[in-house]
This record gives sequence, structure tokens and C-alpha cells, in this order.
Amino acid sequence: MNATFAVLTRELRLALRSGGGAGLGLAFFLIVVMLIPFGVGPVPHLLAQIAPGTLWIAALLACLLSLDRLFQADFEDGTLDILTLSPMPLEGLVAIKAFAHWLTTGLPLVIAAPILGITLNLPDSAYWWLVTSLAVGTPALSFLGAIGAALTVGIRRGGLLLSLLVLPLYIPTLIFGARCVAAASEGMDVIPAFQLLAGVTLLTLALTPIAAAAALRMHMR
Amino acid sequence: MSIWEYANPVRFMRLTGKVLPWITALAIGCLAVGLIWGFFFTPEAENFGSTVKIIYIHVPAATLAINAWGVMFVASLIWLIRRHHVSALVAKATAPVGMTLTLIALITGAIWGEPMWGTYWEWDPRLTSFMVLFIFYLGYMALWEAIDEPDKAADLTSVLAMVGTVFAVISRYAVNFWNQGLHQGASLSLDKEEHVSDVYYQPLLLTMAGFFFLFMALVFLRTRTEIRARRIKALQLQEAN
Repeated sequence: MNATFAVLTRELRLALRSGGGAGLGLAFFLIVVMLIPFGVGPVPHLLAQIAPGTLWIAALLACLLSLDRLFQADFEDGTLDILTLSPMPLEGLVAIKAFAHWLTTGLPLVIAAPILGITLNLPDSAYWWLVTSLAVGTPALSFLGAIGAALTVGIRRGGLLLSLLVLPLYIPTLIFGARCVAAASEGMDVIPAFQLLAGVTLLTLALTPIAAAAALRMHMR
Repeated sequence: MSIWEYANPVRFMRLTGKVLPWITALAIGCLAVGLIWGFFFTPEAENFGSTVKIIYIHVPAATLAINAWGVMFVASLIWLIRRHHVSALVAKATAPVGMTLTLIALITGAIWGEPMWGTYWEWDPRLTSFMVLFIFYLGYMALWEAIDEPDKAADLTSVLAMVGTVFAVISRYAVNFWNQGLHQGASLSLDKEEHVSDVYYQPLLLTMAGFFFLFMALVFLRTRTEIRARRIKALQLQEAN
């Protein structure tokens, strides 16, 4: 428990104090959402219609942006080797790192999303489900991202490859998450989409640490 | 005698060297007879016209495109469990073949879709999941390319194949949900098998067999090339020392 807490605090400190990874993701989210009206035109009803999908896609891209640093720095300076030698299972370490990534990237997006929803003229009925679906769905983005980050950790210029590997894995989460918000804004039943979204998240929480830890071990073999 | 004996590259080369010409001949024979029969000696369908004949390329390519991923999955699993190099190379060799078949299915589908549905592309669940499958193939091949050490590349791509399989299946059903949610009841029935009469069915079986043998021949050929490339590399290293 102590070790878990120590690693988590270390991750959070690094994320908040060096390089401002957390703030950058949020700024990126803001910019992407701001670009949408420039692209499609300032038509309120059109923006309201595409708002759920736009917010979800922007969140997904913002999450992707900081993924390549999840293991890279620790891998390069040897910290990862030391952490691997510690009694803590590597799967647990991956889960903590992914959770810290969510705390510093996903959570700020969840909080900022309703504010950006206003700018996109999102219908009132959708705000609750926008926040809920993002809160439930974004952990899956961080955990799936951990697989991509683990696979590409030693690769030079792995950033683009990382997106190619990770983005297809985001499809189910994106579909169910955006559907949640869209259903809420159209006044339809949200529960089926939400349950499926939660199911995908739970599946990824359970399985991705195993796959990501396996990939990390292969890199350090 | 067990199948694992062919995990030995020498045995594998000997066996595939012997069967490859036969498989190739079977592929050419089945495809030639099936396609000529299908294209020239079947009647035009009532409401499809002659476009129905795309079925002889479209359906076999689509079927094998999915099954090629299955081959990759099984081969990767064998590599992870038993660490037979031939298995890893089979997985590597299958990916470009599977990707090409996916592309063929998408393109022939678009060519068929234009006269039938009035559009080259429709965000129908099946079409969309094939595009997703195509991207999965691209990612898999890109990861092979990106890693220099062959064993590490085989390890990591195997993990990707496992994860990709789970998510390809989930995406397949998620896409169903998404499309149904957007326009209900408007989806086109793509289950052609149901309303294909015997006249079309028999040549179709033949072309499917032809595509199957072609797939097998290409995978064997590519695997043999990979094994030879490894051997050359080993010889070059010996030479350098």
C-alpha cells in the first residue's frame, strides 16, 4: 500500500512539476474544440448536433497527446528497470502509472468539458451525461494508451506509431461515450450506451495492465 | 510425427517447397475455372444486372481477409507459448496478404455499391468494420517495421495481435450499435448468401477455394522468403566475424 502510494505521488509530482503535461493536454482540448466552429461555421443548431462527438473526439486526442511520455522517460534513465526489480508486480505499476495519467490528463478534461459544451451550444439535458460518460470512459483511454506506450517505449519517433496503434482501440469507447451524450441531448434512453461504455472500461481496467506489463518485460529482456 | 516438427525451419522449408507448386497450381486452376465460369457462363441477375459477378471476387476476399487475422492470432499465440520462429514469421508474412485482401474487399465493395446503392461508400456496420480491420493490419505491420530486433518485434507484435483481436471483435459489435443508433432500420442487408441461387453458388464455391489456395500459397511463399532472409543475415554476420 505504501509502495503504491509512493509511486502514485511520484507520478503526480512529475506530471505537475516538470513540463506541465497536465496543463498542455487541457490546452490542446480547448484548441481542438475551438477549431471546430471555424471548420463547420458558427451555426448554433449544427454545433449542438455535433457537440457530443466533437467533445469526445477532442478528449480522445488530448489524452493521446501525453501518452508517449508514460514510460519513455523512466525507460531511458533506467528508473523502469529499478521499479521492475522491486517487489511490486509490474502489472500493478502499469495500473498506477495509467491511473496517474488519468488523474492528470483525463480528469481535467472531464471538469473542463461542460464549459466547452456551452460554447458548442450543447443542449441542457446532455451536461450530466457528458460529465458522467467522460468520467467513466476516459480511464479506459489512459489504460488502453498504456498498451500503446508500452509497445512503443524504446522506439525512436514512436509518437506517430503510438497513435496508429492506440486510436483503433479507442473506437468502442468513442462510440458508446459519444452515443451516451447524443442520446441524452436527443432525449433518448441513455442507459444501454452507458452500460456498454462502463463495460468496455471495466474490461480495459482488468486486462490492459497485463498486456502492457508483458510488453514492457519484452522491451527489458 | 506431430505438427510441431514443422516448427523446425529446415523441415518447414522442405515440406512447403514440395507442396507450394501444387497449391499454386490449385489456386490458378480454381480461380481460372471459377472466374471464367462466373463471369461468362452465369445469367445476369434480375435486379442486379451483370454487377452480381463482382461477388466472385468480393466475397472470397472478404472472407479470407477476416480469416487471415485469425491465422495471425493463432500464429502469434503459438509464438508466445512455444516460441517457434517459423510461427512468428508466418504471422509476419500473413499481415500484408490480409491487408491486401481487406483492401480488395473494400474496393470491389465500393465498385459494387455504386450501381446498387447509388454510393461508393456507406457507413454501414460491415463496411465500417472492414475499414477498422484495415487500420488494425496497418498498425500491426507498422510495429513490425519499427523494431529492429527480430525476436523483440515478434514478441511485441504478438501482444498487439492479442489485444487487437479482442478490440477488433468489440469494435465489430460496437459499430453495429452505433449504426443502429443513428439510423434505425435503414441498414442494407448484406447477407448475399441468403439470396444467391445455385447458378451463382457453384462458381462462387470454386473461386472461394481458389482464393483460399492463393492465400495459402502467398503465405507459404512469404514465410519462405522471411526464413531465407534470416538465413542470409546470419550468414552475413558469420562472414563479418
